Amino acid sequence: MNPFAVAVLIGIAFGWTLERAGLGSAPKLAGQFYLTDLTVFKVMFSAIVTAMLGAFWLSRLGILDLSQVYIPETFLGPQLGGGLLFGVGFVVAGLCPGTSCVAAATGRGDGAMVMMGMFSGVLVTGLAFAPLRHFYESTSRGSLTLPELLRIPYGVVVCGIVAMALIAFQFAERLEKRA
Amino acid sequence: MSTPRRYADPYLAGVCLGFVLLAAYVFAGRGLGASGAFASSAAGVVAAASPSRASANPYFARYLAGDGPWREWLLFEIAGVIAGGFLSALFAGRLRAAVERGPNLGRRSRLAYAFGGGAVMGIGAVLARGCTSGLALTGGALLGAGAWVFMIAAFAGAYAFAPFVKRAWR
Repeated sequence: MNPFAVAVLIGIAFGWTLERAGLGSAPKLAGQFYLTDLTVFKVMFSAIVTAMLGAFWLSRLGILDLSQVYIPETFLGPQLGGGLLFGVGFVVAGLCPGTSCVAAATGRGDGAMVMMGMFSGVLVTGLAFAPLRHFYESTSRGSLTLPELLRIPYGVVVCGIVAMALIAFQFAERLEKRA
Repeated sequence: MSTPRRYADPYLAGVCLGFVLLAAYVFAGRGLGASGAFASSAAGVVAAASPSRASANPYFARYLAGDGPWREWLLFEIAGVIAGGFLSALFAGRLRAAVERGPNLGRRSRLAYAFGGGAVMGIGAVLARGCTSGLALTGGALLGAGAWVFMIAAFAGAYAFAPFVKRAWR
């Protein structure tokens, strides 16, 4: 199948799911950061656990060759610094890049503004890239994974994350009841 | 217009999203993404305005290689996200022209916050090489170390800054 057709189909399913969960609505996402609505956390972590277990078992059963799946590369410093900055922007905007597209598609003007801001931020940072390049390329660790970093077997890390998620979901439910 | 339907259960929606992500691994050999589509179109705009400047820029040049910035996989995926979000809201009765904001923030301030927050996210996504979908979700489920560093840092940054913009949301 044409890779662009695959991309569009996967995108449709992605956008549909985000909208169904309510993640096209900025005040709902912002609730995550005031601990009144933990939908962002619940959706993200159930998705990560599902895809992680799926990838793990499909690879064990020989259906999916994980070496053929692109793992985002690790650059510790830029991902720590960029992540902090990204989080600040997230709580101000109330939407992340993907959910801003869903918000805009459903008629929300704030979603369209987040998209424009995001585009401008990327454009200006790209144009001013020269002085940032040194930091951008620093602390490169290639396709380092948590099992390699922690020197713990892959399956054990998978179990650990599942256990952490289940505990965190219980905690999230209690926080929401309190709010 | 009928009243909007209730949102789906977050755990059920999350499991569905996990299967979408898994389908991307299996059928496309990569995960989901969003910020890459913005980066690729920014590269396309710079290339249209000044081809020499774009190809001399190491950040944009990468998106100009191969089939060019407008044939980027993530751009097609994001077109799908827009279509999927629209269709879902259409069938749920949630299509509505509005500016969503907290109870104490004016419409124009909200739009300014949206633009500013978006721009800061753009800087962060460039530095980190990804965003919530392309890095945190995609790399997180593959146990990429950088993805987890980014995810923890992004939540930390958001929680640390949340008290300063409380007026915008509460």
